[in-house]
Amino acid sequence: MIAELGHYMLVLALGLAVLQAVFPMIGAARQDGRMMMIGQPAAYGQFIFSLAAFASLTYSYIVSDFSVAVVARNSHSLKPMLYKISGVWGNHEGSLLFWVVFLALFGALVAYFGRGLPKSLRARVLSVQAMVGVGFYLFMLITSNPFERLPNVPFEGNGLNPLLQDPGLAFHPPFLYLGYVGLSVVFSFAIAALIEGRVDPAWARWVRPWTLLAWVFLTTGIVLGSWWAYYELGWGGWWGWDPVENASFMPWLVATALLHSAIVVEKRDTLKSWTILLAIIAFSFSLLGTFIVRSGIITSVHAFATDPERGLFILMFLALVIGGSFLLFALRSDKLQAGGLFAPISRESGLVINNLFLSVAAAVVLYGTLHPLLSDALFGVKSSVGAPFFNLVFGFLMIPLVMIMGLGVHFKWKRADIKGISQRLKAITGLSLLAALMTLYVTYGGDIMPVVWMGIGIWLLLSMLQELSSRVKLGQVPLKDSLSRLKRQPRSSWGMSLGHLGFAIGLIGIVATSSWSLEQQKVMRIGESMTIGDYTLRLDDVIAVAGPNYSAVRGIITVTGKDGASFMAHPESRTYISSPMTTTEGAVETTMAGDLFIVIGDAQTSGRWGVRVYYKPMQVWLWIGSTIMVIGGLFSLSDRRYRIGSPQGKKAAGKKNTRSAAHAI
Amino acid sequence: MRYLLVPFILIALSLNVFAIGVDKDRLHDPAQEARAQQIMKQLRCLVCQNQSIVESDAGLAVDLRRIVREQITAGQSDVQILDFMTSRYGDWVLLKPPFKMATALLWLGPLFLLLVGGFLVFRYVRQTPVKATPEPLSPEEEKRLKHILRDNNK
Amino acid sequence: MPFKRFLPLFIFAGIFVAFAVGLTLNPREIPSALINKAAPEFSLPPLQGDGIGLQTADLNDPDHIIIVNFFASWCGPCRIEHPALEHLGKTEGVKLFGIAYKDRPSHSLSFLKSLGNPYAKIGADLKGRNAIDWGVTGTPETFFLKDGVIRYQHIGPIHEVQMEEILAVIKELQQ
Repeated sequence: MIAELGHYMLVLALGLAVLQAVFPMIGAARQDGRMMMIGQPAAYGQFIFSLAAFASLTYSYIVSDFSVAVVARNSHSLKPMLYKISGVWGNHEGSLLFWVVFLALFGALVAYFGRGLPKSLRARVLSVQAMVGVGFYLFMLITSNPFERLPNVPFEGNGLNPLLQDPGLAFHPPFLYLGYVGLSVVFSFAIAALIEGRVDPAWARWVRPWTLLAWVFLTTGIVLGSWWAYYELGWGGWWGWDPVENASFMPWLVATALLHSAIVVEKRDTLKSWTILLAIIAFSFSLLGTFIVRSGIITSVHAFATDPERGLFILMFLALVIGGSFLLFALRSDKLQAGGLFAPISRESGLVINNLFLSVAAAVVLYGTLHPLLSDALFGVKSSVGAPFFNLVFGFLMIPLVMIMGLGVHFKWKRADIKGISQRLKAITGLSLLAALMTLYVTYGGDIMPVVWMGIGIWLLLSMLQELSSRVKLGQVPLKDSLSRLKRQPRSSWGMSLGHLGFAIGLIGIVATSSWSLEQQKVMRIGESMTIGDYTLRLDDVIAVAGPNYSAVRGIITVTGKDGASFMAHPESRTYISSPMTTTEGAVETTMAGDLFIVIGDAQTSGRWGVRVYYKPMQVWLWIGSTIMVIGGLFSLSDRRYRIGSPQGKKAAGKKNTRSAAHAI
Repeated sequence: MRYLLVPFILIALSLNVFAIGVDKDRLHDPAQEARAQQIMKQLRCLVCQNQSIVESDAGLAVDLRRIVREQITAGQSDVQILDFMTSRYGDWVLLKPPFKMATALLWLGPLFLLLVGGFLVFRYVRQTPVKATPEPLSPEEEKRLKHILRDNNK
Repeated sequence: MPFKRFLPLFIFAGIFVAFAVGLTLNPREIPSALINKAAPEFSLPPLQGDGIGLQTADLNDPDHIIIVNFFASWCGPCRIEHPALEHLGKTEGVKLFGIAYKDRPSHSLSFLKSLGNPYAKIGADLKGRNAIDWGVTGTPETFFLKDGVIRYQHIGPIHEVQMEEILAVIKELQQ
């Protein structure tokens, strides 16, 4: 009954989405206020109905209603509640439902917060948002109905994969989806602007918070996924340039570029058609990401062949949405007039160059991901493009990007004084050279690129710190004044500083952990020792442990550092009772200097145990850095400049600007 | 990130992929072992999803690792070892594809894009003003400006 | 209307076509690099007793099309293709050889005992090293040779419905 209700809600949501797509668009064209008005209530209603559908499916999972096909396939009555619920979106049908709920939510948010928008723009944005929704509803109802019943109700569900029962795994897809769907709003704004034939700084100001929101979600999702891979898969790997990973990285790169180009539109009223194009591309990558993951077209799994109907629908949908948008872009983007100008050396130029490198980076990931497919289709040659390729190309591509990042933040708007900046950066450049030399000394005999990268990473970090300190006039005015200046920095400049500082910290971590990781493995008897780097491990004992639904062997290992201090580590290897598989629970000892990652395997012959150890230098810097980046994004999002649709916010911001202008005079 | 692949991996392979194996034939000379690791990172685990043979306990990956180490001990060069692999499995086994006609776009594409993009950016930031003189203020704007200036001078 | 503005559309069209073509491909098919090359040099022990079970010289038979099938008792799909192998083993002008991949000989023997032994000769590839020389990634895999040269490869089990295709290949090789 509940499932049928959910199905019904979904159909109703589709109906409202159609209304929302059609009438506001016609209304905006005819300047018919009443027709445009339909957009809002339709958006709210669509959200409520899709949410009701989602709630019905969640209910079916909670009560383990195995007459519903997806529940039977993906759930199990013995699953912990958390994973029953996360199971709702952990599969094809459910994830689509999850998608449309958020699509409708973002539509409703635009309807609500967009009260300050020009009427026709808001109507068109809502309409485009609903058009995307219609596609998803139809896809679901035609090919992937989550509420399908089974003719023979099974006694028990078969979704109890222990490896998939992990918080990191349960919660990183929703964040990715939120990021993907968040970009749909940006996309809708872009298409609406193309139809209107008008992009101005106000448009950029409305779009930027949505981009920022999507970016924050995407970043969080990617980092959580990476973190899960690092801790759970037991190889100490955190990024493998896997098609699935690339699918989330591409929209991230483009969203990051968009975040920066929107500033130029906002400040200088130029770079418009490029920004519109980025908005379209960002969402296209989101769609591609959603479907690449689902379709298996690139991950080389048979899923597609077994379900050609879905594949065909996806292709048609992509062709319509992406192809249609690009066609519209081709026909309409000449309407967008460029406004203000800036000197070749200026903050604006820096942002444009940043966009160049980010876009090329996204193109490299795209082509690298598609190359095996293309090579197969065009030349009949199977080929692989994996981590060694991406690491090499990215290693080179990122150097100029990071350089322009470190320089660009010192550039003034419109026209920058390159001499003054190079003068100012002398000290930190010297310091980073020194750091690079020290790195060279410590790692002497190793590769040269990591040394270069370490120098660049430290230079970026110092450059960001220097920018912040020069903004608060540290050292030029009394410390108290500097601190109060620091306090008075607008949220968006905090966001900028934190975002870039986080990137620099993360970058240093990435350089260290991917260049100087150590790995050791040994078959050990109890009492035996092995060394890795500065650590010595002694296997004291191995005991059997019983968990709630698994049995495990747990290693008792004493780790002694160079300085003689020691600690205990307890890695486990778990074998699940319900399904015959083993997972590893590595013991990770984290310090700022590096992670010691210990994994124990099954019993080898007669009282010997396989033990694998990794030393991952500065791994935690990556997690800290990316967390700071997300915090920076949130800071920026909370800036009063972006409190969209709230007239008080705007007024307050306006007042503040005049005040600071008066101050300057 | 790889969560979606996990079920496929499980289906495609034996169920013990995630059990930890230990290579007993690690080379005693650290320099040689490091070389082995470098080569192994270049080789695709043919029965896995986009992993190198370093990161897999699949039977074939273990076998290939052993072969790499044996050949290093036997004094083979890196190129010889990679040739050994490609003569059996084709370029598909290489995670970093060699430069060929079929991969020209892959390797030269980024450079090409940077050049073209760089040229466009260069032209863009150097462009001369289209509208050098701003439009004159409308009477209302003049009034507002005066108003603001008066406020500020108070 | 400058061409530049249409560029994104054209690029997308290209990717789209690649996707559409990609849909029709089977991503699991990895053709061996050894097609049209001579079979690797090998000599494998038999499942039982001493001596040689299968070696390169056995493959140089000008009168027959040689089929080499990698199998294992632990491999589920190998059971699926067993009827097809029995059919091939009885086909005129064809010699079917088996290589037991990473399998205990006693297990291989009881596997063949229960299902029937279609192979003219069998070699035991205990460590799977010979399979690597053939570019094999897993069982079952089947190679078709003429005059000691590998001409065709079938990855995965040979399903009943694929027999016609396989027999056509054999016929073509015979000419």
